[in-house]
Amino acid sequence: MPMKIGEKQFFDRIEDALQDDFMRHAMASAQDRLRGKKLAATEGDKTIGDWEEWRSAGEEIRRHTLENLDFYLDQLSENFAERGGHVYFAETAEDANRYIQDVARKKNAKHVTKSKSMVTEEIGLNEALEEIGCHVHETDLAEYILQLDDKDRPSHIVVPSLHKNKEQIRDTFKTKVGYMGTEEPRELTAFARSQLRDVFMEADIGITGCNFAIAESGSLSLATNEGNLNMVTTFPKTQITVMGMERLVPTWEEMDVLINLLSRSAVGQKITTYVTNLTPGVEEDCVDAPKEFHLVILDAGRSRALGTEFQSALHCIRCAACVNVCPVYRHIGGHAYGSIYQGPIGAVLSPILGGYEEYGELPFASSLCAACTEACPVKIPLHEQLIRHRENYVKEKGRVKASEKAAMKAFGIGASTPSLFQIAVKGAPIFMKPFIQDGSISKIPGPMKPWTEIRKFPSPGKDNFRTWFKEHQKGRQ
Amino acid sequence: MKVSLFVTCLGEIFYQDVAKDVVEVLERLGCEIDLPAGQICCGQPAFNSGYRKDAKKAAKQMITSFEDSEYIVSPSGSCAAMLKEYPGLFEEDKEWQERAQAIADKTYEFTQFIVSVLGVEDVGAVYPEQATYHSSCHMLRLLKETEAPFKLLKNVKGLELLPLKNSYDCCGFGGTFAVKMGPISEQMVDEKVRHVQESSAAVLIGSDNGCLMNIGGRLDRREIPIKVKHIAQILNTRA
Repeated sequence: MPMKIGEKQFFDRIEDALQDDFMRHAMASAQDRLRGKKLAATEGDKTIGDWEEWRSAGEEIRRHTLENLDFYLDQLSENFAERGGHVYFAETAEDANRYIQDVARKKNAKHVTKSKSMVTEEIGLNEALEEIGCHVHETDLAEYILQLDDKDRPSHIVVPSLHKNKEQIRDTFKTKVGYMGTEEPRELTAFARSQLRDVFMEADIGITGCNFAIAESGSLSLATNEGNLNMVTTFPKTQITVMGMERLVPTWEEMDVLINLLSRSAVGQKITTYVTNLTPGVEEDCVDAPKEFHLVILDAGRSRALGTEFQSALHCIRCAACVNVCPVYRHIGGHAYGSIYQGPIGAVLSPILGGYEEYGELPFASSLCAACTEACPVKIPLHEQLIRHRENYVKEKGRVKASEKAAMKAFGIGASTPSLFQIAVKGAPIFMKPFIQDGSISKIPGPMKPWTEIRKFPSPGKDNFRTWFKEHQKGRQ
Repeated sequence: MKVSLFVTCLGEIFYQDVAKDVVEVLERLGCEIDLPAGQICCGQPAFNSGYRKDAKKAAKQMITSFEDSEYIVSPSGSCAAMLKEYPGLFEEDKEWQERAQAIADKTYEFTQFIVSVLGVEDVGAVYPEQATYHSSCHMLRLLKETEAPFKLLKNVKGLELLPLKNSYDCCGFGGTFAVKMGPISEQMVDEKVRHVQESSAAVLIGSDNGCLMNIGGRLDRREIPIKVKHIAQILNTRA
C-alpha cells in the first residue's frame, strides 16, 4: 500500500527512530523554528485581528463545506467540465491510477513532471506511471531529493525531507547525479534548479495536487514557495490535478480565509511566495497553459468518515501545525508512523483511510496533551478523535490482550464501589511494601514494569487521608 | 464558602501531604471543606484508553457523590478537566447528561478556584527557593488555565521563579501512555528533565500529581537532586 511506509512493525519503527540521533535533533529544532514562525504569523500578528476568530471562521467554512459536500462537488465538477476540463471521480487509489495511466497512454507520454503532492504519494501514482514506462520527475526540491535518494519517503507533509541534512543531500546528489559542489544549501539548490530546467521543458504531462478547489468557478488553487509548480502547469500540453474529495471551498471568499490559515499555520508566512490559481479553458493561441486539463477527485476511504465522529478529520487543510507541536512526533519523527500522513493528523487519518489492521496502533502513540487540538487552524478536535479511535480499536475482537480488558473492567468496578476503593487505599501501603526501598519503588513486575524501567514509583503514603481529615475536622470544631 | 474537595485517587493513595496542604490553604482563605465519601477516581485511565463504558461507571459514581456540592475543587488540572468531559460521555442519556453538566459547571482546579472564585492572588506563603514551574497540558489546554498558578507564585515571598524552556511541551506522562509507549515517554520525560536542569532551579513546582509523579520519578531514577513539589505545598509554606 503506497500510503504505507516500510514493512517493519510499529515498535521496531519506534526503536529505529529513537536510535537516530541526527533525525531527532533535526525534528526538535525544526519544530522549535516552525512553531516560532507560526506564532509570529498567527497570534503574534496583530494586523489581522484576533487569531481565534480566524480559526472559528476556518472551522465554520470547513464544516459547512463538508456538510454540503455532494452539492459543492457537483458544482465544482460542473463548472470545471463546462470550461472544457475533464473530471473523474475515483473511488479507490487504483481507479485514480488507472485513469491517469490511460491519459498518459493516450498522450504517449514519456516524461511527467510533478509538483509536491501528498495525495499522489498516498495513491502511489509514481509507481503506477513507471509501470507503463513513464519517467516521473519530482520537481519540488524536497521531493526531488527524496526521489533521488532511492525513493525515500516523506517524513513531514509540508517539509517532506525534514529528516535529511545538507551533507546527506550533497552525498545523494554526488552519487546519483554527479554533483561536484559543496553542502552549501544555495549551491545545492542551484544545482537542482539547473537539473530540473530541461526536465520542465520536455515534460508531456504535468501533475499537481490541490490545496483548495473553488466550486463556484471550477478553479484550483495551489500554494507553493519554489515556483516549480508554475513550470509544471505551464509547459506540458496536458495537466492532471489529483485532489482529495474534501479539498474544496464554496467560493473565492472562503478560499481567501483558508489560504491565510494555511500559509500562516504551515510555514509562518502571511502568504506563500506563489498562490497559483488555475481554471481550465484557454484561448486557442495561448502558449503557456495546458490544452487538456484533468481533475481526479479521490475518495479512497474518505467517505467512510462522512457522517461519523471522524467527519471533522476531513476538515484538515494539511498545514501540519499539529505535527509541528506534537511531542511524540518530535521524538520519533515521521517515518515511525509508517504512513505518509504522520503526527496527530496522521494518527487520526491513517486508520480512517487504511484501517485498524495497519494503523490501529497510531492513535495510542499520543500522550493526549492536546497541543495538536490547540494548534489546528480549523479546530479539529484531534486528541478527542484519537480517543475515539482507541474506543473502536479496543472494541474490535482480538486487538488488545484479554488482561487489559479485564483490568479496565476491574477499574470500572473499583471506581464505582467506594468500599472496594477504600480497601485498595488502605491495602496499598501493605501490598506494595515488598517493593518499597528508601521510600520509593524501583521495580514492580507485571503491567507497571515499563513504568519502573524508566522511573521510580512513589510509595503509598502511610497515613490515611480520610482519617486525618476527620480528626482535622474535629479539631476545628 | 463551601467547598467539596475531590482529592483524586492518586492524591488519596500517594499524595496525602498535598491533600492536607490543599485543605489547610483553602481553610485559611475562609472555605469550609467537606470530603464527599463516595468519591473515587475521575475515570480518566479508562476514558483515555478507549474504555468508555468503564469510564462512565466512574463518572456516575463521581456525579452522585458531588451532586450536592456548591463547588468542586481538585488539586489536579487533569482530573478537573476530566470532570468537565462528563457531559460528552452521556450524549445518549439526557438525564445523566444534565447531571453531568451540573458537575462540570462547578468544578475548578485548586489554583483556578483561589484566583477566579475566591479572588485571591496572595495567600501569604513564604518559600525562599529558586524554582521553575511545569505547566501541565490538561490544565493549560483543556481547562485553559494559563495564569492562576503564576499569579499565586508571583506573590510567594522569597520565591524566585525561573523560566522553563519549551514549558508547553508535555512531560510524557499521559496516563497509560507512559506504560504503553514507554520508549517514547522516556524520551519526552528526559527532555523535560533536561530543561528543568537547564533552568538551574532547585525545585520543580507543578499543579498536577500525575505529571509530578512522572517527572519526579525520572529525576529520582537518575538521582538528580531537584525537589518536586505540588503548588499546594508551596502555598501552604509559612515563614
